[in-house]
Amino acid sequence: MNKHTSPNLKAARIAGAVHTDQRHDSAHKHVTGEAVYIDDMPEPEGTLHGALGLSTVAHATIRGIDLSAVKTAPGVIDVLTAADVPGENDISPTGRHDEPILAEGKVQFFGQPIFCVIAATREAARRACRLAKIEYDELPAVIDVWDLDPTEDKLVTPPLTLKRGDAAGTIAVAPRRLKGRMRVGGQDHFYLEGHISLAVPGEDGDVTVHCSTQHPSEVQHMVAHALGVPSHAVTVEIRRMGGGFGGKETQGNQFAALAAISAKRLGRAVKIRLDRDDDMLATGKRHDFVIDYEVGFDDDGRILGVDYVYAARCGFSSDLSGPVTDRALFHCDNAYFWPAIRAKSAPLYTNTVSNTAFRGFGGPQGMIGAERVIDEVAFATGKDPLEIRKLNFYGTRERNVTPYHQTVEDNIIHRIVAELEESSNYTRRRREIAAFNANSRIVKRGLALTPVKFGISFTATHYNQAGALVHVYTDGSVHLNHGGTEMGQGLYVKVAQVVAEEFQIDIDRVKITATTTAKVPNTSATAASSGSDLNGMAAQNAARQIRRRLTDFAADKYSVPVDQIEFLPNRVRVGNQEIPFPDLVKQAYMARIQLSAAGFYKTPKIHWNRDKGEGHPFYYFAYGASCSEVSVDTLTGEYVVERTDILHETGRSLNRAIDLGQVEGGFIQGIGWLTTEELWWDGKGRLRTHAPSTYKIPLASDRPKIFNVTLADWPEAHEPTIHRSKAVGEPPFMLAMSVLHALSDAVASVADHRVCPRLDAPATPERVLMAIERLRAEAKA
Amino acid sequence: MAKAKPRSEIRFILNGEDVALSDVAPDETLLDWLRLEQRLRGSKEGCAEGDCGACTVLVGRLSGGKLVYESVNACIRFVGSLDATHIVTVEHLKGRDGELHPVQQAMVDFHGSQCGFCTPGFVMSLYGLWMRSPQPSDAEIEKALQGNLCRCTGYEAIMRAARAISGYGKAAKDPLLAERKAIAARLAALRDGRRVEIGEGKARLVVPASLDDFAAVYEAEPKATVVAGSTDVGLWVTKHMREISPVVFIGGIDELKGISETGGAIAIGAGVTYTEAFSRLADRIPTMGTLLNRLGGEQVRNMGTIGGNIANGSPIGDTPPPLIALGSRLTLRKGAERRTILLEDFYIAYGRQDRRPGEFVESVIVPLPAKDEKFAVYKISKRRDEDITSTLGAFRLALAEDGTVASIRIAFGGMAATPKRASAVEAALVGKPWTEATVETALISFETDFTPLTDMRASAEYRMLAAKNLLRRFFVETTGTKAPVQVGRAA
Repeated sequence: MNKHTSPNLKAARIAGAVHTDQRHDSAHKHVTGEAVYIDDMPEPEGTLHGALGLSTVAHATIRGIDLSAVKTAPGVIDVLTAADVPGENDISPTGRHDEPILAEGKVQFFGQPIFCVIAATREAARRACRLAKIEYDELPAVIDVWDLDPTEDKLVTPPLTLKRGDAAGTIAVAPRRLKGRMRVGGQDHFYLEGHISLAVPGEDGDVTVHCSTQHPSEVQHMVAHALGVPSHAVTVEIRRMGGGFGGKETQGNQFAALAAISAKRLGRAVKIRLDRDDDMLATGKRHDFVIDYEVGFDDDGRILGVDYVYAARCGFSSDLSGPVTDRALFHCDNAYFWPAIRAKSAPLYTNTVSNTAFRGFGGPQGMIGAERVIDEVAFATGKDPLEIRKLNFYGTRERNVTPYHQTVEDNIIHRIVAELEESSNYTRRRREIAAFNANSRIVKRGLALTPVKFGISFTATHYNQAGALVHVYTDGSVHLNHGGTEMGQGLYVKVAQVVAEEFQIDIDRVKITATTTAKVPNTSATAASSGSDLNGMAAQNAARQIRRRLTDFAADKYSVPVDQIEFLPNRVRVGNQEIPFPDLVKQAYMARIQLSAAGFYKTPKIHWNRDKGEGHPFYYFAYGASCSEVSVDTLTGEYVVERTDILHETGRSLNRAIDLGQVEGGFIQGIGWLTTEELWWDGKGRLRTHAPSTYKIPLASDRPKIFNVTLADWPEAHEPTIHRSKAVGEPPFMLAMSVLHALSDAVASVADHRVCPRLDAPATPERVLMAIERLRAEAKA
Repeated sequence: MAKAKPRSEIRFILNGEDVALSDVAPDETLLDWLRLEQRLRGSKEGCAEGDCGACTVLVGRLSGGKLVYESVNACIRFVGSLDATHIVTVEHLKGRDGELHPVQQAMVDFHGSQCGFCTPGFVMSLYGLWMRSPQPSDAEIEKALQGNLCRCTGYEAIMRAARAISGYGKAAKDPLLAERKAIAARLAALRDGRRVEIGEGKARLVVPASLDDFAAVYEAEPKATVVAGSTDVGLWVTKHMREISPVVFIGGIDELKGISETGGAIAIGAGVTYTEAFSRLADRIPTMGTLLNRLGGEQVRNMGTIGGNIANGSPIGDTPPPLIALGSRLTLRKGAERRTILLEDFYIAYGRQDRRPGEFVESVIVPLPAKDEKFAVYKISKRRDEDITSTLGAFRLALAEDGTVASIRIAFGGMAATPKRASAVEAALVGKPWTEATVETALISFETDFTPLTDMRASAEYRMLAAKNLLRRFFVETTGTKAPVQVGRAA
């Protein structure tokens, strides 16, 4: 890529247009090992290395810290504690001042950073950390939220209530009602590249931080606060991350701040790269939830009213727990119309690491609550859960108002589910599985089809803006920069496609460049699936400004009307002649036309009043559905996903190859969340699953044996999004719910489908076996 | 002592270059050496404990005169263990003209990378697979990738790429095909039969020249850390930062790698890796093949040894329970002296084995089940593959002509402080008719034999229930049923 080749001036289409399959822009570098991640960059001469001293207890006041042995350990240059933070010792992303960079006076979770060692080598720093003598006065630790009271116990941030109609009254008079409780586990991001920051000091107290982050602007602001300098003194840059998934939205702030502080203190570059275990202990994860539900319904299974309490283990500080628990409530409906609804969040304080963003951002946990209610009603009425699902879907012209009073205007879930039901042969397989189970004593099969409707936009309205910077050089090659970050999702190539399309030049004429706060300021996190929606639009805006100037210039120079100027592949038609794009650019330069532009975009139509619980927080919804079949060994609880069929939509996809990868990858990551990925704390509040040896993400052999993934070819975004495409990052994650429900269905077979299995997540073999035992006991009783 | 004077250099080949290192710390890992010393930064550190595979490289060595390449985790492989090997990193694959290797090109064409951080490791694992099996089945690909984690793609695109590699032509430019003969000759030349000794005190390492040399070294330095595959000791260094000097690296000792069958028993040298043991055991005891398929990832199976798995005494090692159930014996050696004990007697208590200072496991002798005997081993783990056992049960049953239990040996892992026989359960079964009623009656005896723990892998309650159910499974499997009894990829 980016070799100097002459553009094809006869081509009917450019290479790399929108709506075409393009490889990841770095694919050829990934496979050769030439793609540079931060730890691969050549270190500036004299680079030092940092490691963190972590709390070994869950909750305590610190009586004394003796770091004398640490300081004199071989290779150690410096040791920092909270007192050494020159500015604010706080990295709370929402300004609640509840999250110190280094613990001060007390520790609030096992694994909390207390001090930072800077040494000549990373190994020396790590070894020295072990020599600290820290005396604790231990305090009672709150670890689990199961026994907490959402109305009495400490919250980390104000809760939210969504309300439409009279849920309590409706449930009270409903023909049938039931209530229950479920637990849904958290999840470690397990990005393959752990957190890392390399800070390089500059003149005038400036510092440049290379940080593996989804949110360079926030890192910039946090580093500036920690240093006590203006933001202009700090530049944050990131070319690519080795995975993010939300885990690098806020969690890199701490390490960037410590690297920057040390670099400035010592006048040398400082790199902090966490060991995997430290990364998993000291950084936040997906929130686990305990969900209480009560539902009123009629004999047909039509749901009339629902009451929810979503209690989340937030950890010791707020971090993003406010918006995460809000988004859980925003998705307590999934694709269903709740005629009367009250949903309350409880973002609870616990002595665990502060939980954070993770693909779906609370949405998956919200939806799991919706699907559990569907399951309960299905078992109560003795119907196939799919029938109950379809009965309760949002309507298109009526029954279409969400619990937050936004009208669903783009509902396509009926067609998605109808097509998948047919293509997966749901009905036939339902019969076949019943027959199989009747003849199979030990291995039981299960089947489920679940929908996804996911709201797209940051619910913090001001985040829905983006900037881009486009330069056209005099040879017609283009430099592209924008505020979005690349974590593997293919954002860079998608935005490059958008720019190539605007100029009608081959994509290899567009140089993709590292995200940096110095080129595009005040950016939003690359999160909420919004990367291409926002940055694609901003880049298009920048490109259009330049194209407009080129058009006006050509019209003027060649005296032709603007409507007779057309950008053709690698050339521009001006009246009757075609001018190669580079030539026109050169001419424009000679005529002193500005060939650089800053683009901007803000999402229209959205607003949200949190106090009232009303508004239009989402620009649009993304839809999909999946159907999974599993086999369960009823002696051990082990299982295999036999087959999954997925039908997902991304509007008019910018790049179906990339989107397919997001759907497949999101689904498998979702399976992990719901099956084998279990966070386990011991009796002292110590997380014991903090490495891949104990924390089990899916392997290639955990894929469904048969895996049919289809991107629907007919949907188109209802709103004028970038080329009518839709977001793809998060929605497919929740397609994995079909696996949990298929497991539940298999479990239910041991009690003849008369008892709702109430299978919680993650459904480890142990949980599955214990559910089987419980159902067998209940069936006997 | 070796006859020749010890050498004070580790010598190996890195990609194309000869390397001789006299300044090697005993705990220096191959990955750190590649990334920090050689500035070869294609291999990544994802976990530093041999579980994620981002650091995968190939190690070529002469095995019975043949050059074989195996994938290993560079993060837990020590530089001191590399004598007379050929290290191949991802940087070696691309042609000199910049053309991608078929494995790389397929990964690009089929969108096999997203964030790209795990990709070099996948490329190396697929390369290792492609070299030995150019047209692999899906099951083979999945097995080869058990030690590689990808968090982005969901693996589907990688599978598509893996299936397509062979379609990219014979890869005349494959560097290892072209170099094969020359490399074999160079490696042969590096094997000079001399002991390697480097450093002293806290930085001492020894690579014995032979088995006798090892016996002598270890007898003289009984406090030394013996390292074969380093799949365990690697973590002592990367995670616990323990001092391990002096270290004796025995992974290259050919005499510990023998497998032979005589008189109805297989003798397996302590240095035989899981991979090397696999085909022989799978052939003679199929259920052991199934177990080895689920033990670690491919890289760990290429590194870890049967002897190491036995000797470290872990209560959750996968091979001791089936070996105990089979009635295996250990040969222990100290200096020139050998003794043979029953494997089950080797395990005294948690962290304590019947092994004297300077004594080591030389081989294990595994009696094969008789034709009319039933034998099975079942592993349960949270994730099916590349996971540490929560409970593992092994059963060897001989029935009398009247259908009663003539003899039964049952051993479990994950149920006690050591791998342990279920003596009370055995007693409850012996002499009784092999019926469901007998089995159901015997289940309660598990509670006499075992008091399992609760930890992050499983609760005590689940372990106990699952252990009982494994006996139920064994019964059903040995008495015949048409319906499936287990779930699995091949089921």
